Amino acid sequence: MTTQTNGGRLSTLSAAYIIARRDFVASLFSRSFIFFLLGPLFTLLVGGLAGGIGARVQQNVEKPKLGIAMSEFDVLAMTRARHELAGRLGNAVPELVEVRRLKPGESFDPAAALAGSKDNLGAIVSGTPAAPVLTGPAERIEAWQGEIELIAAEAVGTGPEHYPTVTLGKIAGTSTADTRQSRVLTAQAGQVLLFLLTMLLAGMVLSNLVEEKGNKIIEVLAAAIPLDAVFLGKLFAMLALSWVGLSVWGGIIGVVWQGSGHSLANYPAPAVGWPMFIALGVIYFSLAYLLLGALFLTIGSIASTIREVQMLSMPISLLQIINFFFASYAISKPGSAIELAAMIVPFSSPLTMIARAAQDPALWPQAVVIAWQVLCVALLVRIGARLFRSRVMQSGPARGPGRPGLVRRLLTQKNEPALQGEQ
Amino acid sequence: MMKLGDGAGVSNAGGAAARGLAIEARGLVKRFDGFTAVDGVDLAVPEGAIYGVLGPNGAGKTTTLRMLLGIIDPDAGLRRVLGHERPQEMAHTIGYLPEERGLYPAMKAYDAIAFLGALRGLPLAEGRKRGKALLEEHGLGYAIDRQIRQLSKGMAQQVQLLGTLVHEPRLVVFDEPFSGLDALNQGKLERMIRGLAAKGTTVIFSTHVIAHAERLCDEVAIIAGGKVPFAGPVDVARDRIRPQVRLETRASDGAWRRALPADARHEGAFWYFSLPDSGIEPLLRALIEGEAGILSLSIERAGLHDAFVAIAGEAAARALEENVAEEQGR
Repeated sequence: MTTQTNGGRLSTLSAAYIIARRDFVASLFSRSFIFFLLGPLFTLLVGGLAGGIGARVQQNVEKPKLGIAMSEFDVLAMTRARHELAGRLGNAVPELVEVRRLKPGESFDPAAALAGSKDNLGAIVSGTPAAPVLTGPAERIEAWQGEIELIAAEAVGTGPEHYPTVTLGKIAGTSTADTRQSRVLTAQAGQVLLFLLTMLLAGMVLSNLVEEKGNKIIEVLAAAIPLDAVFLGKLFAMLALSWVGLSVWGGIIGVVWQGSGHSLANYPAPAVGWPMFIALGVIYFSLAYLLLGALFLTIGSIASTIREVQMLSMPISLLQIINFFFASYAISKPGSAIELAAMIVPFSSPLTMIARAAQDPALWPQAVVIAWQVLCVALLVRIGARLFRSRVMQSGPARGPGRPGLVRRLLTQKNEPALQGEQ
Repeated sequence: MMKLGDGAGVSNAGGAAARGLAIEARGLVKRFDGFTAVDGVDLAVPEGAIYGVLGPNGAGKTTTLRMLLGIIDPDAGLRRVLGHERPQEMAHTIGYLPEERGLYPAMKAYDAIAFLGALRGLPLAEGRKRGKALLEEHGLGYAIDRQIRQLSKGMAQQVQLLGTLVHEPRLVVFDEPFSGLDALNQGKLERMIRGLAAKGTTVIFSTHVIAHAERLCDEVAIIAGGKVPFAGPVDVARDRIRPQVRLETRASDGAWRRALPADARHEGAFWYFSLPDSGIEPLLRALIEGEAGILSLSIERAGLHDAFVAIAGEAAARALEENVAEEQGR
């Protein structure tokens, strides 16, 4: 890989490979990697805390509705009954969605209607108010049986002395609403995992650069190879390291999970299917890390001291938490302007897109956003390298005693000479 | 439009044109936040020469070297290194030792050398082989498998120096290479620099210690306040000031005193003054006729230090001496 260009300089990719190889090997056999392997424990802890946000999102997610397919008279009676009950019981009674007003003698297949419905239907009630038939997944219709009896009794005017018997028509699989809820859960889990891992890794790459500055080797690197290559090498070394960590942990968790009799096939598949979801998960994890890592590297490169690095990285970490909330909120607003904005903002984009992959089978938006994120990574690396070259390599080692740090310079007057001791 | 290599502009010592120039710079300017660190530097470093960039800390030496190496770009001016206007295009033929030394502490010595070579395009396996050989050759064989963190500062510095040379560069740039080395290792480094030049490698180094430049350099650039008031052969720099005359007489006073130049000063038993424009013979005649009773008379060619004072000024010379004292105090 150490091939030279015709001009006598390593290409950016070859140089990045040298840096990445050095960083990867050095980090793999370091104590910090052990801590990285312990990272998922931290993930579980913080994941528990993040559960509160998840519950909030679940509340905001659209509730499953009850479809109704009866004669016109019965539909109106049931709807009125539901309305009256809702006034007394609140949201305990499911919302009714009219699927069809049946003509006398018209046949109707509730299972087919349920499968083909675009509404968020949990089940369909058909028949008559005196003899209602509730069709849907077992779990859902058992949960709603009592509510349907109440509505039907109200509709026929027999309650509370007599409640019509509800006939249950169980169908295999899950309803649209249940699938949607499961996918939301998958989306949330994907987001939390992505967020925590990227934060952990970006912090590591920042420490790596600070250590590099401490080693004072950065000028040797800058003299020999493009700074873009230094940045790229560092980013990809840590990414490769994270893949090792994920493989180790994924392997352990997989074995334990399989051993306890679980299988992905038992869970509702994400909209894009499990294989594609996992592939997209890896891609978005990589891109989320590269985006945040490039930003942290930029900070690390322009800051003069570890204190400056901490001061500058704290707001970025907070912003990333806000991005996480933003992307979490966007789950409950599919197709809205909020989701679109979360897809476009580079730092919330991977979190939003992994959630979208769980909920929406369309792959072309994924491809477009991946291309956008790659572009953002390239831009950030380039900007970081330029900032580094312009801000850091401007002074020799013998700085004057009064040379202010970056933060002080930012807070004080703009044109203050920064190089009193410049050599 | 100004072009490099057209034979105009940069004053340079004889032989440079014949040998060709390893480095050529004209009108280099670098400003940082409104502060002009380097202000119109012209340089011409002949191939195979040992070239010193001499000046106190803060004079602009490091910034100039960084511009020549392409680490930073000048705001104005032109540079050509080994025939290329983009110095980094020639990275595999250049070695650079920055003033702030740095290696990865966990790397083994031979691996550190190989890594530095790899950055310059040398295959890693070859770099490891050469690294081990170089360490043996320079009496550091026992440190081959030691991690950098296990070496003393001086030894680590030597390892980095070898890493700078492992890919056999045509041009070597050292920024304050003697800084932090003990006298023994300074001597070793001087021999190494001479050895490199003997093999045809161009060596350019910055220093604030005039003695190193005086002993080693074919040519120097004196840099002060971001400007280069002199660039050329050391002899030419010395010739900028007149030779100094030291006179000892038996008579303490007399008519002969009128023959002494106006700048003559009396220190102890001696008179010191610059050699007059008219030469030594008229002075001698006047001293003899005035019955001075000459006990001794010597004419000494100016040293590089005197030349530096004359060229860069008292303030720059004082700063230079302070830097040396500061370093010795560390």
